[in-house]
Amino acid sequence: MSLGVTLIVDGVPRRADANATLAASLLAAGITAFRRDLGGHPRAPLCGMGTCFECRVTVDGVADVRACLEPVRDGMRIETGK
Amino acid sequence: MRRVRHADVVVIGAGPAGLAAASAAAERGRSVLLVDQGLRPGGQIWRHRDEQALPSAARRLMARARNAGVKLVSGCRLVDAGSPNELVIDFRGRIDRHQTDAVIIATGARERFIPFPGWTLPGVTGIGGLQALLKGGLPVADTRIVLAGSGPLLLSVAAAVAQAGGRVQLVGEQAGAAALRRFAIRVLRDPAKLRQAISYRWACRSAPFRTDTWAVRAHGDGRLQSVEVSERGHLRSIRCDWLGIGSGLVPNTDLGQLLQCQVEHGAIAVDALQATSVAGVWAVGECTGVKGDEAATIEGEIAGRAAAGDAAGAGSTALQAARDSGRRFGRLLEETFAPRPEVLALATPDTILCRCEDVPMRSVDPGWTPRQAKLWARVGMGVCQGAVCGPSCTALFGWSANTVRPPLGNPSCGEWKSGLDSAD
Repeated sequence: MSLGVTLIVDGVPRRADANATLAASLLAAGITAFRRDLGGHPRAPLCGMGTCFECRVTVDGVADVRACLEPVRDGMRIETGK
Repeated sequence: MRRVRHADVVVIGAGPAGLAAASAAAERGRSVLLVDQGLRPGGQIWRHRDEQALPSAARRLMARARNAGVKLVSGCRLVDAGSPNELVIDFRGRIDRHQTDAVIIATGARERFIPFPGWTLPGVTGIGGLQALLKGGLPVADTRIVLAGSGPLLLSVAAAVAQAGGRVQLVGEQAGAAALRRFAIRVLRDPAKLRQAISYRWACRSAPFRTDTWAVRAHGDGRLQSVEVSERGHLRSIRCDWLGIGSGLVPNTDLGQLLQCQVEHGAIAVDALQATSVAGVWAVGECTGVKGDEAATIEGEIAGRAAAGDAAGAGSTALQAARDSGRRFGRLLEETFAPRPEVLALATPDTILCRCEDVPMRSVDPGWTPRQAKLWARVGMGVCQGAVCGPSCTALFGWSANTVRPPLGNPSCGEWKSGLDSAD
């Protein structure tokens, strides 16, 4: 695995594989709460293919981006757990 | 100012069926736009980061589409349609109108999930979902993995995670041993499928494979830590980092529904040339019934020819025979891997049914219609638009499919509106 880009995940820089999807990169970085449900419980990718929207995160200020469909980019800022 | 463009044929979905359809139409002189949601072509089955790592059939088909001059747009999706000739397509955030003479729907299938306690815990994914994440770069080496579901996808994913260094603790197939034997006899008659099954089983040979086995409850504090399985009538707990679940696949019919195509038994209805009930609209592959990539490719070939006006080529005896064989295999898949009653009874009153809207089972009356469930309990009203809970409710309560309203795929309202305005 080549660790080619840096993501800013909730303010913390994390190295990630330049070829990976954002969902895979966040899971690899140990993120479990991509979002939270109404009761505050963590949710994370289910379908992996853009159907379920459980992996939605905020990317560069844009809310509800499906991490499983998103390629990583150097310097990308991600907010999770919303 | 929005662009309005034209293509003779627009194909939605670049999996095996869509690639074959697009190639066949382009080889007959038609201009073809192939719209795909993924980052790269191939659909779910041929999802990849390195094309060279794909099976030769996949590489051949992708090369064929390129050589035929198919225009592929990745990361894009159809969000709306004024008519089958007037498509509104989201080109990575920019929404444009596209005119066309023919539409070929090749939107594939998605996993069916039957809710059970703990299934919303992080670490619980679809079986295909785990494979998609793996192909997207998820490292699984030295993690403990349990797969519990139904259908041929189980073995293929077990093989993939084992090859990636994952420690597969159990592969649980809910179907019974007798049903699986009948299925195996059919596979024995098909050398290609048999070779594939053997190679998958070999790749995950250290993992136990059990029939009559399913996940009963997932445990964990903020993340999956273990799963309780019912293994041939006995309960046992297995510590694991990932749990892949899923009760087979269901056709993605939303685009067909949007275009007013007839849907029967949860699949887009088609005739012998893959034409839907709406003139100028064809449908191919898993969205017309789940039957695997080989059959999907055949159906794509038929529809691509038909949409390009080559009815004789589309009706060729060899193609039609292969298509019928694929359909028979599809019916066998459906019979063999139908969710069993014990699995349909796993959810407790507290189990979440609709994940988007956090609706527990206890809030729903099985005697409702889907519309009543939407109005009174918000089942299927969330951001996935019932893509996940719709098939669950059909299996659990016998409810019909969710209705479809534009826009599909959750584009931003501003973009959707400007795409519509361009139609004026």
